[in-house]
Amino acid sequence: MEKRTDKNSYTIIFAIGMVLVVGSLLAYASSSLKDRITTNRELEMQQNILYAMGVNENDDSNAIFVSTQEAPKLFSEYITEQLVIQGDNVTEDNKAYLIDVKKEQTRAKAGEERRLPLFIGEKEGQTFYIVPIRGKGLWDAIWAYVALDDNLVVQGVFFDHKGETAGLGANINKRFFMDDFIGEDLMHDGKFKGIAVAKGNADPLNIDKTDNEVDAIAGATITGDGVSAMLKSELKLYVPYFKNLKNN
Amino acid sequence: MGLLSKKDAKLIIDPLADDNPITIQVLGICSALAITAELKASLVMAISVIFVLGMGNVVISLMRNIIPSKIRIIVQLIVVATLVIIVDLVLKAFAYELSKTLSVFVGLIITNCIIMGRFEAFALGNGPWRSFLDGIGNALGYGVILIIVGFFRELLGSGTLFGFPVLGDPIAKTGLYSTGYENNGFMIMPPMALIVVGIIIWVQRSRNKALIED
Repeated sequence: MEKRTDKNSYTIIFAIGMVLVVGSLLAYASSSLKDRITTNRELEMQQNILYAMGVNENDDSNAIFVSTQEAPKLFSEYITEQLVIQGDNVTEDNKAYLIDVKKEQTRAKAGEERRLPLFIGEKEGQTFYIVPIRGKGLWDAIWAYVALDDNLVVQGVFFDHKGETAGLGANINKRFFMDDFIGEDLMHDGKFKGIAVAKGNADPLNIDKTDNEVDAIAGATITGDGVSAMLKSELKLYVPYFKNLKNN
Repeated sequence: MGLLSKKDAKLIIDPLADDNPITIQVLGICSALAITAELKASLVMAISVIFVLGMGNVVISLMRNIIPSKIRIIVQLIVVATLVIIVDLVLKAFAYELSKTLSVFVGLIITNCIIMGRFEAFALGNGPWRSFLDGIGNALGYGVILIIVGFFRELLGSGTLFGFPVLGDPIAKTGLYSTGYENNGFMIMPPMALIVVGIIIWVQRSRNKALIED
């Protein structure tokens, strides 16, 4: 005897019913939690930007952000200007930290002029220029906030990723990797060169700051290459701004 | 175990050793290779799978009499994906830091074949309580192997455990490194996970000859 659940009509009705139930459940969960998630993301961006310019609560070996309660206050305290660079135009925009770098990259591909956000921070008399960038790792997106001085020397950096391999590529957001970038020069003999994540540069303590190289993570070759490519192609776009800065 | 009958206790204990999902059933190898370079990642993955498999088995078991057999695999996949996505959304809203740590594992959990395997082999034919125990037992068995592999890979590959240096500093040559010992970089690569799992299987089968197939 055929079971009730084996009938084609039952199967189709079950499938339709399940899609409706699961679909509305997910839609409800997503829309009711949306506001909280957006707030969390915005706070995270502020924490990331502050981290890059050295406003953080790092202990001996771990990267620790300022608390989410304090982030908005510290952000308005340390970040003095938020700029949007579009070609030769530089405009001030106090919501520039909300610019989605991914969307801007898509716009650039479509032939439109890309908006480049830049944050200027002041800490203990020093000026930091913080740039958000985005690229591709092994599995998914990787991104970074790079704090520079006006000579394009890295003052601090925060890397993060969406889904790199835990224990390997995912380690780009660990101190032992990020701290290597501090002091590295993006320029070489007056030309923009970027910073390469290099295997076998025989400098595990990263003492040489003028070689445009930092030590790679073993087992994370493609993530490392993604970091090099991202730093090169994205930071290059900001070079004209820094040239103008020097000329004025 | 006074709380559980002998038959129920078997559901938890068997997968820990003689019916282990990784070493005996050879399921879930993909994630066991991918994320065991660090002990911490192994532990997080183990806890996540315990949660998802326990919950998923109960849901599938409750639905077992209404799921049409022709599309049961799709239904199983949707149940596990929905569970994981809802948990991910809730964590993003209320425990953002934790959700960032876990985001790497979401895809690996949904596609973990132990989960599909237990739905198909157990939850479709048993009641919710027994399915729950079976889910917890199998996830624990999976987790134990993950932690053993993660322990050896992190210790021999990076000289650390949970990120803490236990063998000294490899660059400054202190501790064990002063004797000329070096970290084995190959341990960090996925092939070594396969070899470590192979060694565990070897040890297990040489101790219990009944497990050897012809």
